[in-house]
Amino acid sequence: MILKALFAASATAALLLALPANAAELTIGFSQIGSESGWRAAETSVSKQEATKRKVNLKIADAQQKQENQIKAIRSFIAQNVDAIFLAPVVSTGWDSVLKEAKEAKIPVVLLDRDIDPSGKELYLTAVTSDSVHEGEVAGDWLAKTVGAKACNIVELQGTVGASVAANRKKGFDAAIAKHANLKVVRSQTGDFTRAKGKEVMESFIKAEGGGKSICAVYAHNDDMMVGAIQAMKEAGLKPGKDILTVSIDAVPDIFKAMVAGEANATVELTPNMAGPALDAIAAFKDKGTVPPKWIQTDSKLYTPTDDPQKIYDSKKGLGY
Amino acid sequence: MTALLPRRGLAQILALIVILAVDRVVSPQFFDLRLQDGRLFGSLIDVLNRGTPVALLSLGMVLVIATRGIDLSVGAIMAISGAIAASLADSHSLAVVLAAALGAGLICGLWNGFLVAVLGMQPIVATLILMVAGRGIAQLITEGRIVTFSSPDLVWLGNGAILGVPVPVAIALGMLILTGAVVRGSALGLLIEATGGNARASELAGVGTRAMILAVYVWCGVCAALAGVIAAADIMGADANNAGLWLELDAILAVVIGGTSLFGGRFSLILAVLGALIIQTMNTGILLSGYPPEFNLLVKAVVVIAVLLLQSPKLSGVAGVVARLRRAKA
Repeated sequence: MILKALFAASATAALLLALPANAAELTIGFSQIGSESGWRAAETSVSKQEATKRKVNLKIADAQQKQENQIKAIRSFIAQNVDAIFLAPVVSTGWDSVLKEAKEAKIPVVLLDRDIDPSGKELYLTAVTSDSVHEGEVAGDWLAKTVGAKACNIVELQGTVGASVAANRKKGFDAAIAKHANLKVVRSQTGDFTRAKGKEVMESFIKAEGGGKSICAVYAHNDDMMVGAIQAMKEAGLKPGKDILTVSIDAVPDIFKAMVAGEANATVELTPNMAGPALDAIAAFKDKGTVPPKWIQTDSKLYTPTDDPQKIYDSKKGLGY
Repeated sequence: MTALLPRRGLAQILALIVILAVDRVVSPQFFDLRLQDGRLFGSLIDVLNRGTPVALLSLGMVLVIATRGIDLSVGAIMAISGAIAASLADSHSLAVVLAAALGAGLICGLWNGFLVAVLGMQPIVATLILMVAGRGIAQLITEGRIVTFSSPDLVWLGNGAILGVPVPVAIALGMLILTGAVVRGSALGLLIEATGGNARASELAGVGTRAMILAVYVWCGVCAALAGVIAAADIMGADANNAGLWLELDAILAVVIGGTSLFGGRFSLILAVLGALIIQTMNTGILLSGYPPEFNLLVKAVVVIAVLLLQSPKLSGVAGVVARLRRAKA
């Protein structure tokens, strides 16, 4: 009798334990922009990993940079009656009508990586994005701390002129170093976020600053430009990472390779894991009805050579960067 | 050399000298040269080195434009050949890598030439196809990543030196001499000019215009592929999204600055290359000047307009009239 009761109790317990797991088997549609950059490819593969980890069935639709494809994908997700929709919007406007359709179908929408126009705020559950101003601040703070009280002339490789990320990363960095009178940006030019332009611009910086002698640090708005700049410094007979400090943003695998070689000093991660926090928010919303904050800010983690760059390189290189 | 350098080069040389002088003003160390690891080092070398891709593109482009054509796909061909070179670099010898990359350029050129010469499509439309599709092909090859390599042979092609001269510059010079020898050392140049001047009349006169058109697109493709390999070797990686992006426009601009008409006919190889150098001298000067990057394109536009005005026959006509009036007064 006791045995029977025990058995029944344990069976109930097992059932209870199993229940949330069953409920968590969600189907989520993800309208991805495309694969225009290595980071985007990494975001897609990390999203798949995070979904598998949580036993979520993630359907990814590649929009190939076109908003109409994204709208089509969202409509088809609504027709399939998915549990939630993730959207990495290619542009910030023009989403009102399709998001209204999702709202009417009671399917929560989570924005990944990019925000949309303020008029549509009530049309989505939450946005998981990085704060690019904060990324610039983290980079600036690291440099200020590393340099200390010494005077330091900084050259800056900006992103594409007019890109909001470039403007924000500049703003954050400028704000961080404004507190330190010994830090000064002496030259700032655009490297269009590319290796080739980063190298070319750094070459000119080196020449304009007396062969690089008066440059104390380089700040690049992304790692790719820094990889190019590192080559330019080496070709000029300078030792990047030692003669000239480097700090950049994104944390792509190749910058960790440079760190292993002692040629890069710091990078701030733009995490490709936007889906993880989004999946957690959706799970909490579905299970307990917890409404997440309108904006979930991802971590802007700083990496330096003390963080075992080889290991990070190995873990990142398979992600499609 | 007189065969290569026509009388009409004065405006371009003048423009180059003026821009060099301005560069010297914004950057006092502009003409400083020194040896660094067996390689010449200085802003002038940067101009030559960074100008190499566009100079190579303009070598092919000027021939295409001389036949009254245009090739918008050269930037995409750069991306394709760079992607192929980077993918093969670490597992194959330099000869195989170059053969594959240049072979791809040749095939791209054949495709363009086929569309224009055989199917009679308008060049701007025909080459637009590959301009769009080519970048996609390059992205397929690299799977959207930046493919890096460490093969010292290929790296040497981008960063090495021959007697202190950067290898890319030496290659571009070699290609200029080779192209010049082929088109001006034979009647080929004349036949190309005839094709561009009046294709129908040339055809009736016995010029194989189809073969001419096919040949110039093939050569343009090969030049672009070489530029793509050099661009990839320079950054030790192939960036399919950005390699050669918009460079077709710079190449066309170089040809136009070099005084070759978009309506075909007479062309000058050496002035097209000079046009590429003018563009790069200006770009390097802008980078050295320390102006905010928002001004880059504006400065470039103003200089280009000035250089083109300098060559305008109408304007020199006006200047001539003014001079005559002055003389009459005096």
